[in-house]
Amino acid sequence: MGNGTSIGKVRGLGSAHEGAHHWLVQRFTAIGNVVLSIWLMASFILLPDLSYETVSSYLAGPIPATAMVLLIISVFWHARLGLQVLVEDYVHTAGNKFGVLALLNLATLGGAAFGIFCVVRLALGGAA
Amino acid sequence: MSNRPLSPHLSIWKWGPHMLVSILHRVTGDGMAIVGLGILLWWLGALASGPEAYATFQGWVWADFGALSFSGAEILSSIVKILLKIVLIGLSWAFFTHLCSGLRHFVLDIGAGYELDANRMWSIASPIIAILLTAAFWAAIILL
Repeated sequence: MGNGTSIGKVRGLGSAHEGAHHWLVQRFTAIGNVVLSIWLMASFILLPDLSYETVSSYLAGPIPATAMVLLIISVFWHARLGLQVLVEDYVHTAGNKFGVLALLNLATLGGAAFGIFCVVRLALGGAA
Repeated sequence: MSNRPLSPHLSIWKWGPHMLVSILHRVTGDGMAIVGLGILLWWLGALASGPEAYATFQGWVWADFGALSFSGAEILSSIVKILLKIVLIGLSWAFFTHLCSGLRHFVLDIGAGYELDANRMWSIASPIIAILLTAAFWAAIILL
């Protein structure tokens, strides 16, 4: 048995053809983050105070609640993509990398779900 | 084979503003992703849980420093409260730093800003603008 032909040694080891998609979604969510995070920071500045009554009644309104849900989706998605790059750059063992990426998916999906649920609860009047 | 000369470029380098803005983008982004999103969820969870939970949240992340006690076991919680306020201010700096270097990335993405002088200038400007924006943000929070 030989070691295969030159082309056979590299076939299948090239690009996964997913890099461009990852790169683009990182940009799309970044644009969402710019708009939505500036809205949130402006809200912090423009609200008369940051007491429970002020903030909870503000976020319960239809437009702020929608913006907050969109912010959670955009920011958590962007964070997932960014942390994925961090893991891929610094975790080189295949098994560890898989484990950390699995954990990352759980944490970001779970975190986003919790955040969205909290906004929905505020908006639909579930909180005391 | 082992005596072949190696390219020295990977070990001979010095810091430049481009490297600083690059690593700052990663550090602030991943820092916000790990610490900032945790505090964001704590804030939203406290809001959804009611006034008592919100008061607890505020008491930890934005404690009244005048009311902190440093006797006995309360030293630990007081130190954590001081650290959390520093973390929150640090997160606002991280936000504006990541925003500025991210906007710089958008410009680079369309193929602009690679001329040596322009690239160097914006590498220096973006973290400085971020510090000014952070100061302006807190001034606006306090004054408005």
